[in-house]
Amino acid sequence: MNVQEKQAYDALGAVVDPELDEPITDLGFVRSVTVTDSAVEVHLRLPTAFCAPNFAYLMAADAKDVLTALDWTHLVTVQLDDHHDSELINRGLAADAGYRGTFKHEAEQDLDELRLTFQRKAHTAAMERCLTYLLRERRDAPLASVTLADLPDDQHTDALRRRRATIGLPTTPDALVLVDHTGTPYAEAAVPLALRRARSTRISIEGNAHFCRGLLRTRYPDEETA
Amino acid sequence: MYSKDGENYYIVDAHVALWDARPENQRNIHGKQFIDCFYDYHRNLSPEQEVWSYDDYLYQGGERLLRDLFELGYVDHAVFQPAYLGEFYGNGFGQTEEASKLAAEHPGKLTYNHNFDPRNGEAGLDQLRADAERFGLKGVKLYTAEWHGESRGWRLDDPWSYRYLELCRELGITNIHVHKGPTIRPLDRDAFDVADIDHVATDFTDLNFVVEHVGLPRLEDFCWIATQEPNVHGGLAVAMPFIHTRPRYFAQIIGELLYWIGEDRIQFSSDYALWTPKWLVESFVDFQIPADLTEYAPLTTAQKKKILGLNAAKMYDLDVPAELRLPDADETATGPRGADDLVDA
Repeated sequence: MNVQEKQAYDALGAVVDPELDEPITDLGFVRSVTVTDSAVEVHLRLPTAFCAPNFAYLMAADAKDVLTALDWTHLVTVQLDDHHDSELINRGLAADAGYRGTFKHEAEQDLDELRLTFQRKAHTAAMERCLTYLLRERRDAPLASVTLADLPDDQHTDALRRRRATIGLPTTPDALVLVDHTGTPYAEAAVPLALRRARSTRISIEGNAHFCRGLLRTRYPDEETA
Repeated sequence: MYSKDGENYYIVDAHVALWDARPENQRNIHGKQFIDCFYDYHRNLSPEQEVWSYDDYLYQGGERLLRDLFELGYVDHAVFQPAYLGEFYGNGFGQTEEASKLAAEHPGKLTYNHNFDPRNGEAGLDQLRADAERFGLKGVKLYTAEWHGESRGWRLDDPWSYRYLELCRELGITNIHVHKGPTIRPLDRDAFDVADIDHVATDFTDLNFVVEHVGLPRLEDFCWIATQEPNVHGGLAVAMPFIHTRPRYFAQIIGELLYWIGEDRIQFSSDYALWTPKWLVESFVDFQIPADLTEYAPLTTAQKKKILGLNAAKMYDLDVPAELRLPDADETATGPRGADDLVDA
C-alpha cells in the first residue's frame, strides 16, 4: 500500500456499518484500495450476498463520500462485490444517482431515518455497557442519577460520549447517563426495565457483529482485507 | 425422544425443510447466492465433524431427512416450514410435492405447513383454500423478503395480508410462522423490523405468531414486542447453533427470552437442513448458563423440556405421553418476568 492508498484506507475508517456500529475497516469489509495517479478504486465485500441492500448502499455511498472529500482524489470508484444488488448499487454509485435514483420504485424518501434508528441503538448499547460495568463495581449505584462525571475515564465512556454527540445529547460532566434518545431521564421505578431493554439492544448488536465477522471469514477464507 | 441422566425429553423440531438448491433448479445467480449464504451459515456455526460437503448440502431427499431427524436426531415430530423462493428456483426452494407426500406417509412424525404470498391477490386466496384442504394445514410459513416480480418484500400489516390472515382464521390455520429477511419495500426502513408483527398479533389474538430466529438480527425489537403480545412466540431456528460457536452469546439469547417472554413460548428447531438436530439436542440438554452471567438464572430441566418439544407440541396438539407433559409456568401473560435485580437473577 503506497502513501495515498494508506490515506484512502484511513479515510474509510470513518465509514461505519450502521447496524454493527463499527468502522468498515475494522470489520474487514474493505477488500482492496488501489490508487493510480489521482484515481482511487475501492472494492467492498460483505459477509453474505444477502446482507440488507439499504445498509450495503449506505456504506458504499459513505465510502465514496469520504474518498471524494480527500483533496487529491480526482476520480473515485467504489464497487460493492458479490452482493445480490451489486449491479444495481454499483451502477447507482458510478452515476452518483443517490439512494432514490439507485433503487427507483423501491425507495420512497431517504435513508436518514434508518440511519438515525441505528445511531440511537448504538447510543443505547453504549449507555448500557457503561452502567452495567458501574453496577458490577457498585451494586447500589443510583442509576437514575448517575452522571457522565461518575463514570470511569475509559474507552467505554469515550464511546458513550461520541454516541451521545452523534444524536445531539449533551456530553458535559453533569449530564445524566440513563436517558432515552431525546435526553429524557427515567423515573426511579422505570429504571430496571429501561436498563434491561438497553441490555437486549447491546447483546443484539454485539451478537450480530460477531456473527458477521465469522461469516466474512467463512466466505473469504483465503483473502486478507486491504 | 432423547434420554439423559434419567430424564426424558420429547423432541419437536419445529422448523425443517426439504429443499432443492441443485444447479438444475436454480433460475439465476440469486439461487446460487442464496444456498451459498446458507452453506456459509452451516460451515461457520457447525462443529467440524458435522459439516457436510457442498453437494450434500444442495439436496438431501426424503430418506436422508427421515434418517437425520428420526433415526439419528432424537426427533419425535418435525414441522415443515417451506420457503417458496420462486424467483430464485424453478421448482421453488422448499419441495412441496416431496415434503407433503412424506408428511402424508408419516403423519405421526411430520406436519406439513405451506406458505402464501399476499401479492397473489384473489387468486392466492383461492389457492390457500385449496392448499388448506389438500394438506390439512394447521400452520403456514411466511417469508416477508420473498421476491415477487418488481417487489422484493411485503409486510404482515399490508391490507392484502390482512385478507389472508382472516382466511387463515376461517380455515383453522392458527400457527403463523414468520421469517424476516433482508429486503422489503420501501428500502427506507429497516427490513428486519418486527413492528408489523405487533400489529397483526394485536388484531388476530386467536392466531399464534411464531417469529423465526427469534427476530435475529433484531432480538431486542422481538423481545420488546413479544413481551407485550401473549400470542407471539420465538422460534430458535438459526439461534440454536450459536450454542457451539458462541455459548456465551447463546446463553444471553436464552436468558433474554426467558426474561421477556418466559419458558412457555420458545420453540426448538434445527432449521434442518441448515443444521441437524442430533448435536443440537445433545448440546442443549448439556447446556448451562455460565456462572459469571449472574444476571440470568440457571436453566432448569423443565425449561429445557418445554423448549425442546413441549411448547411446540402444545401448539400443534401433538400426542405427548402423559408422563412427559409439564404444566405452564405460573407467570404473567405479558410483560417481563423474573427478577428485576440487574446484576443477579
